[in-house]
Amino acid sequence: MAFELELFSPVEVAKDIALAVQEYTLLAGQSLANFFRRPLYMGDMLQQADLVGVGSLPIVILTGLSVGALLALNSASTLQRFGGITLIGQLVSLGMVTELGPLITGLMVAGRNASGMASELGSMVVTEQIDAMRALGTDPTKKLVTPRVGATAFMLFFLTIIADLLGLIGGWAVAHLLFGLDTQQYWTSVWQILVFRDVFTGLIKPVLFGFIISTVGCYYGISTRGGTQGVGRSTTQAVVASSVLILLVDFFVTKLIFAVFGYR
Amino acid sequence: MSAPTLPSENPAASVVSPSGYAIEFDNVSIAFDEKVVLSDISFQLAHGETKAIFGVAGSGKSTLLKLAMGLMRPDSGRIYVLGEEVTAMSEQELFELRRRVGIVFQESALFDSMKVYENVAFRLIEEKVPTEEIERRVREVLRFVELENTYDMSPSELSGGMRRRVAIARAIVTEPQVLLYDSPTGGLDPVTSNTIVELIMKQRDVYKTSALMVTHRLQDAFTMATHQFDKKTNQMIALPKGQLSEVPMSFLILRDSKVIFDGDAHRLASSRDEYIREYIS
Repeated sequence: MAFELELFSPVEVAKDIALAVQEYTLLAGQSLANFFRRPLYMGDMLQQADLVGVGSLPIVILTGLSVGALLALNSASTLQRFGGITLIGQLVSLGMVTELGPLITGLMVAGRNASGMASELGSMVVTEQIDAMRALGTDPTKKLVTPRVGATAFMLFFLTIIADLLGLIGGWAVAHLLFGLDTQQYWTSVWQILVFRDVFTGLIKPVLFGFIISTVGCYYGISTRGGTQGVGRSTTQAVVASSVLILLVDFFVTKLIFAVFGYR
Repeated sequence: MSAPTLPSENPAASVVSPSGYAIEFDNVSIAFDEKVVLSDISFQLAHGETKAIFGVAGSGKSTLLKLAMGLMRPDSGRIYVLGEEVTAMSEQELFELRRRVGIVFQESALFDSMKVYENVAFRLIEEKVPTEEIERRVREVLRFVELENTYDMSPSELSGGMRRRVAIARAIVTEPQVLLYDSPTGGLDPVTSNTIVELIMKQRDVYKTSALMVTHRLQDAFTMATHQFDKKTNQMIALPKGQLSEVPMSFLILRDSKVIFDGDAHRLASSRDEYIREYIS
């Protein structure tokens, strides 16, 4: 049996990447510009908000609780060694609100919804439903992409707040039940450590992550080629690309906020 | 077989475009990667005429319809639809033009997340037509395609032939001036195919709608060339041999990315081209 090795030209690969970035940027820009153009498909936006927000609630509750509890558990032994167990609330609070809450929620919603958007729109492409929509005089970017972008960015903001809160509750459960820390002491330290910069960081990130998840999911869906196999490929690529982008953007946003507001 | 009653009597072809044709292709070429699909294609579709387009699989028939609709851009050449140059229009301008053109896709392309009613009413809902008016018109066109009972059903509950008829209903609900059919009878049984051919014929003869019809089935196009829809009996009737030229029906055959025939049934039948003779035999 003979194997054929397909050779890739680096120039062609670079061109493909540049084209993909250009198309993604155009789609993302258009999805934002559509917020200022009529019609604004509020019904579709509400439907997507339900799918993204309410649908993701169980997974966000579970991960929020677990991450908060694990953060407390892992840091408690070290803090105890230095007699600083009372600092556990500060550690969980800062960790959850500025970093882990938005990040974990973003990654969870990316896994759940970027794939869903890519497969739904991808199926519509291969069954010519997108062409049919254009042929019927409707802009698919307006009807399909913008409601998803608006709904995801909006709902991720609130999902992150829920995840943060549950993370803090998870941290309290570990600190109080396993390490005997006083409840009031825990919540006071949780509250006192947070400054405007932390809350701002923690709430700006989910909006950006929501934008990334929806635009990447929609981009891979709309650019699907090659039948059902192509839909599968798009789905996988959407999850990988949105997760990687979330991590990258998270780093740069954190760095930017440190640069603007200064380090603690 | 008799066709159902007509929704309204408002001939769509009453608007005459400045170019004098409903559709005009002027030296249009398109290639995908290295493969040339259409090369210097030129033809015209007169108002009220139906043109059947033939060619082997992959000869660019469906591409031709998508080009006419502005869903694809040609590499060179110009396309005019209802007097407007599709090839020079932006996507936003095309959305306006497409409201006057209907298309029936090869696999129907119904929105599977919507009910039959919502599919048919899609354009009307977008145009903010009052709900009562939408319901009346949707019921009318569904009655026209004999599928009023599918009003509340999902596309997944319909057979292939029913989907195709719902797609026709969706295309004609706004009474477009031009209709594009992509293999409307492909993969259907002869009885259903006949019903669909009769519906297309009715659009041609009663509404005077201009149409491009991509098909693999020569017999469908010949039926359309040899029959006329009779409003009185509400069914198609065969024309006497001497009156065949009165039907606004023509044929276009594609081969190796070129047009090798463009003319009426009489010219097609008397063609001496070996390929065409083999094709129609």
